[in-house]
Amino acid sequence: MKKIFTLITFSFLLLILINNSVLADNNISKVDSISKNLRCLICQGQSVYDSQSEFAISVKDLIKKKIEEGNSDNDIYEYLKNKYGDWIMYEPELDKKTLLLWILPLILFVFGGLLIFKKAFINYNKNV
Amino acid sequence: MINQLGYYSLVFCVLFSLFIITKSTRAIISKNSKFDGIYYNLVFLQLFLVLFSFFCLVFNFIVSDFSNVTVYNNSHTSKPLFYKISGVWGNHEGSLLLWLLVLILFLFLFILNSKKSENGYKLLTIVFQEVIILGFLLFIIFTSNPFEYLFPTPTEGLGLNPILQDPALAIHPPILYLGYVGTSLVFSSSLAATVNKSINSDWAKHIKKWIFASWIFLTLGIMLGSIWAYYELGWGGFWFWDPVENVSLMPWLCLTALLHSVLVLEKRNSLKNWTVILSIATFALSMSGTFLVRSGILNSIHTFANDPSRGLFILIFLFILILLAIIIYFSFEIKNPNPSNNFFWLSKETAVLINNWFMMYFLSVVLIGTLYPIFLEVISNEKISVGAPFYHKLMVPFLIPFFIFMSIGPRLKWIKDKFTKINYYQILILILSLVISYLIVEYSGVKYLFSTILISTSIFLFYSSASDLVKKNIQFPQKISHFAFSLLIISILVNGIYSKEINSNMKVGDNLTFMNKKIEFKSINFEKQDNYNLLRGHFEISEEGKIPINFQPEIRIYDQPVISTSEADIKTNLLNDNFIVFSLLKEGEVFNVRYQQKPFMIWIWISLIMLAFGGSLALIKK
Amino acid sequence: MKFKKLNLVLILLITILVFFALYLGMKKQNLYTTDHIVNKKMPNLISTELFTGEETNLSELVAKERFTILNIWASWCAPCRSEHKHLITLSSNNNSKIVGLNYKDKIENAKSFISELGNPYDHILLDKKGFISIDIGAYGVPETYVIDNTNNKIIKKYLGPIDEFILEEIINILNS
Repeated sequence: MKKIFTLITFSFLLLILINNSVLADNNISKVDSISKNLRCLICQGQSVYDSQSEFAISVKDLIKKKIEEGNSDNDIYEYLKNKYGDWIMYEPELDKKTLLLWILPLILFVFGGLLIFKKAFINYNKNV
Repeated sequence: MINQLGYYSLVFCVLFSLFIITKSTRAIISKNSKFDGIYYNLVFLQLFLVLFSFFCLVFNFIVSDFSNVTVYNNSHTSKPLFYKISGVWGNHEGSLLLWLLVLILFLFLFILNSKKSENGYKLLTIVFQEVIILGFLLFIIFTSNPFEYLFPTPTEGLGLNPILQDPALAIHPPILYLGYVGTSLVFSSSLAATVNKSINSDWAKHIKKWIFASWIFLTLGIMLGSIWAYYELGWGGFWFWDPVENVSLMPWLCLTALLHSVLVLEKRNSLKNWTVILSIATFALSMSGTFLVRSGILNSIHTFANDPSRGLFILIFLFILILLAIIIYFSFEIKNPNPSNNFFWLSKETAVLINNWFMMYFLSVVLIGTLYPIFLEVISNEKISVGAPFYHKLMVPFLIPFFIFMSIGPRLKWIKDKFTKINYYQILILILSLVISYLIVEYSGVKYLFSTILISTSIFLFYSSASDLVKKNIQFPQKISHFAFSLLIISILVNGIYSKEINSNMKVGDNLTFMNKKIEFKSINFEKQDNYNLLRGHFEISEEGKIPINFQPEIRIYDQPVISTSEADIKTNLLNDNFIVFSLLKEGEVFNVRYQQKPFMIWIWISLIMLAFGGSLALIKK
Repeated sequence: MKFKKLNLVLILLITILVFFALYLGMKKQNLYTTDHIVNKKMPNLISTELFTGEETNLSELVAKERFTILNIWASWCAPCRSEHKHLITLSSNNNSKIVGLNYKDKIENAKSFISELGNPYDHILLDKKGFISIDIGAYGVPETYVIDNTNNKIIKKYLGPIDEFILEEIINILNS
């Protein structure tokens, strides 16, 4: 019973593989991948990639021009951040002002782990 | 007339609340052990009044009574009836009335359901819940009255946003509110039991069903919101880490943790303090959600109309409630009867602790990600965005250990388990998972190295939970929900890795080649509907050896208010969703066309429904 | 016991802090602040002039006057129509030159807009693809910049159409 079940499970997964991987085409254009990381500043919650507003279209055209001129991804991000501020980037940069943002959850995770360690290992062995 | 009836019902409710609070507080102080039948009647009458008030508003919407400001702002005579009704809760004032209704309804059901419970505990729960109810009543009456008059009466309303005219979105708020409000009862009940010094496994058994009920509704509510976003927004995504979405996810994570810890409380009379803390936190998060969405502090596609005075009221109200909870928690110590109340490392209890650990971590990521930009702006006047990359980077790596723990945890025995002989079969499966995921990563070109490990652990989890389905010594609801969760993860991963799309500017007659498909923009036609005009695009996607499929996405131009939206055409089957959406560019002749192939979308919805279904089985089971 | 009291105080402190921060956050409602662009230097604009078709350099045009008012507009932009009369009023001020930046427009439409509503601009530059607007940190139309020519700094930026209040404010700046 168990073995048949396993067989079915894995055939199912192989099916996914076959169906998709042969045509795996991940040539997403540079403009697309850069614009997906940028917030459309006049839209509510859309990326520059998703939006068809004038602002978004201009930014996408500009990205294309800058790529053709030889700019790197980073150059383009820096240019736009310079003009519009950090909030045009969806990913908050790791710098002085965002250090706490990135580190605090990790600190809490370690703290939680210590609590559990105390309860399940140290205290248990102490009292047993 | 109806307006006044609706309004004064609410005013009467305030009187009822005050009376109930006073009466039950007196009864508690005098240690009166009789639970007067009058409480059933009082709360029932209160429920009746609010229900009546709610139906007054519904009536006003149905007959399009524009002398009511809320109806005027949010409705229109040409709106279909179904959306006139759903428009009742599609706005700030009406949705609050719905919140209030559910608050009182749940209290009433609680009283009915707690016949065997201790009187002191029941009375205390009523007090706390009525305090919340009173707060909402005052909030509605003073800042968000759905029965305000408009004079002279306009002949036509300003209309509901057409994006909100969607079936999924119509039922999304009520279902979500059932989830949120359920947590209020858990909150009141946990505070009551703390004061009453009865936080124990009996209480856990009793409150468990409320926790499960809230969780089920919250799960379904969030799912409906995602379904709406996917089908309606036309961007092809179902989760955007938008602050309003995060605000519903946070109580869900907390509630999932609570759901597990209450089981430990029931089975082992342990984790008392933690369960109470979770109960308070879950409600605090639900209420904060209400605040964040309505106060104007967040900007997103689905905030309600912003009004700082409302925000201030909720903020103060929330602060008072949390202060109350903190004071009660610290004043009434929760004693642990068993001195050696610690867990063996290999036990189900520890597994639950680990689950809670990870849930709290994910919660902290979402909470910090959502609130940090607000705090930063207050302190340093700088604006940053916290978008999907942040959440993915901080959460995805932790999924790997989480999945491994989840594969093992549910099978562990209570109190103490031991490692039996190494299960060679399991190791074989683990290796096979690694191989398959390596192949998947190779073929799909996904860049991150740990994708391999991530996929393999989720396959392992899928196998573990699937094989648990046939095991005899595991609870049925648990099996279903855990399996559903692993299916959800696999679906999301497959969808994330294998989705493909292309977008291009096209004129009628153009065609596009993508992978092995040809996308042809055949024609366009203009149609008139009830309250909008539309441009229908006809696309044909053909693949060699297969029958061509026709797609008909629309561009809708509404007249009240004047907005245009793009409606995607989505063809779903078990393996993939094929998705086409197009929008008009300024130039007039050219359209931006976007085609996406999204694998396993339907499994995401199916697994979410299954997840909630497992929860409801637990509810029925007792 | 002391440990518990410490916890209580700590939690209360954090709660109060969080609420205070949320309260302050609520007060800051403005999504589109112009803070980040004020006091920054104006980048140089080089573009085609609308009527003459010549390549023009903005800095050369405005050398004489104390201030420059840069107004981003388009014929397809409805609020631009409503603010146009205020621009005409501003054009009579001697301390400033008004330069129009025509945003993503068709030349014929821009010209007929001007002939219909009057020309307040000393010069009109074209921004066909919207690149110049991005270079000066604009979001769309209409937007207006007030620039101090002595140090080439942006004194003020207005989002949206100019109304009577903004007009008064600009005139006050120009006359100071």
